[in-house]
Amino acid sequence: MLKRNLKLAMGALLITGALAGCGNSDSTAKETGENKKEETAQSYSGTLTAAGSTALQPLAEEAANEFMQKYPDVSITVQGGGSGTGVNQVAAGAVQIGNSDVPSAEKIEDKTKAGELVDNKVAGIAFALVVNKDVKVESLTAQQIQDIFSGKVKNWKEVGGNDEKINVINRPASSGTRATFEKTLMKGVKVNDSIGTVQDSNGAVEQAIKSTPGAISYVAMSYLVGDKANALTTLKIDGAEPTVENIKAQKYPFWSYEYMVTKGEAQDAVKGFIDFVKSEEFAAKVKEMGYIPISELE
Amino acid sequence: MKGKKPINYWKSEYIGRMLVTFCGFLIVFATLAIIVFICSKGIQSFTQSHISLKEMLFSKQWAPNDSAHPKYGAVIFIVGSTLVSIGAVLLSAPIAIALAVFINYIWPEFGTKVLKPVLELLIGIPSVVYGFLGVTLLVPMLRDSFGGVGFSLIAGIIVLSIMILPTIASIAADAIGAVPHAYLEASYGLGSTRWQAISRVIVPAARKGILTGVVLGLARAFGEALAVQMVIGNTVKLPSGLYSPTATLTGILTMDMSNTLNGTAWNNALWTLAMILLLISFFFILIVRAIGQRGGK
Repeated sequence: MLKRNLKLAMGALLITGALAGCGNSDSTAKETGENKKEETAQSYSGTLTAAGSTALQPLAEEAANEFMQKYPDVSITVQGGGSGTGVNQVAAGAVQIGNSDVPSAEKIEDKTKAGELVDNKVAGIAFALVVNKDVKVESLTAQQIQDIFSGKVKNWKEVGGNDEKINVINRPASSGTRATFEKTLMKGVKVNDSIGTVQDSNGAVEQAIKSTPGAISYVAMSYLVGDKANALTTLKIDGAEPTVENIKAQKYPFWSYEYMVTKGEAQDAVKGFIDFVKSEEFAAKVKEMGYIPISELE
Repeated sequence: MKGKKPINYWKSEYIGRMLVTFCGFLIVFATLAIIVFICSKGIQSFTQSHISLKEMLFSKQWAPNDSAHPKYGAVIFIVGSTLVSIGAVLLSAPIAIALAVFINYIWPEFGTKVLKPVLELLIGIPSVVYGFLGVTLLVPMLRDSFGGVGFSLIAGIIVLSIMILPTIASIAADAIGAVPHAYLEASYGLGSTRWQAISRVIVPAARKGILTGVVLGLARAFGEALAVQMVIGNTVKLPSGLYSPTATLTGILTMDMSNTLNGTAWNNALWTLAMILLLISFFFILIVRAIGQRGGK
């Protein structure tokens, strides 16, 4: 009896291994081939996987659900893993879409490989500086932000607040949120990694901001929706709030595009899905989830 | 089994044997494959990305995101991991040995019926839960009592010491339990009190087993990633004291591995950190073996 169970278990293991090993790129290639004939009918089928950025993941999941309802023959799996994983996997052909917070070329060193990848801008994402509720500052200038995160300014009174030590909370050096922060606000001034602490995710930053007096950090606006809408105190940057209007008017600098990276131009179901994420039809949902519809940015 | 056909004999004898032999070889193969893979990836830092080994092992500068002058010194992480692990063992080992004595000599009924199950329960708690408790309870408590941000070396040490306590305690309890009863009687015969017998005869006699437990606890502390990463602050600098944040090898790996790309110098450097971690655990296993062989019977 035991032996039979063991055999079954081994068999199951082997089969799972084989399935996982094969992946679905082969089958998709065939199915997309078939799709070409049906293109005129505007119906999609096939299996596709998107992996990568955790910032884009909630939006991609929601879009996948709606897209699958519209086209029941399509099966989309959305995974996280980080922007690096996304670009890695799509470059290796393991997934069809790599979600990334930054253009793929910024991640890849080998420029010959970078040429094969196409970055599709699918949405915008705004970020906000957040502080502990005891901080009495409402707005910071870009210069003040640079001074704080480079360690030049150490007390809130130096930027118009009360006499309290500034506790900087950063994201890890490789994080997409941090990359956007450095590009749009620090502008070449180096973030001083030997001050403050580092937290790994939006959730960990929220926890640390709430419990640490005088703390300052940055989170994605898509995290501050729903029941988290008023969880943290956000700061204005140069007097501008993180709204779509201010971003469009170029008053608010702290935002970036979200990319769905494909190997070569997107085709068939992949193209259909990416177009759906960018569509007017899905735009209301994009806004509701705290992202910026691409149609409002172009 | 008598009188059955050879085919049945084959089935009942050889299939099982083949299966367990296969499992044995599979594990050896998997372990070797993991080691070869990590080392081959780890070495790429030096062969492909031309990072110098000297810089990696002796420089305090870690800035792989600096595109103009990337720096790959791992000293901060190695020191951070070492300090937090040794601190945890220093805190945990005396308590674990006390528990082991308590279970075997002071109150064995309570020890086996209550204390041992409690220790097993401690092993079963996932590390993320320890980390979460650390962030919500320990970190604010440390901040209110000692100032600073609370995320600190000492927070990591305390969380880790609770996590490795059951490992050290259960191995130490077995070791102390295995000391022959004659030792106790002999020291009574020489006129010692019970406590003198325990502290001067029993515990020293179980030294080998206790040391094994301590080293295994140290190895576990070194490899623990999540709970420590959640409370230690992950600041890339050497700690200036117990209440200052720092970073560990495992922490920097969990934070940056998924966001960097295969083949980049940054990613290669992280693989080298993983290799260093692996070599350190090998070192601990060697120590355990050496302890086991010294005066082994």
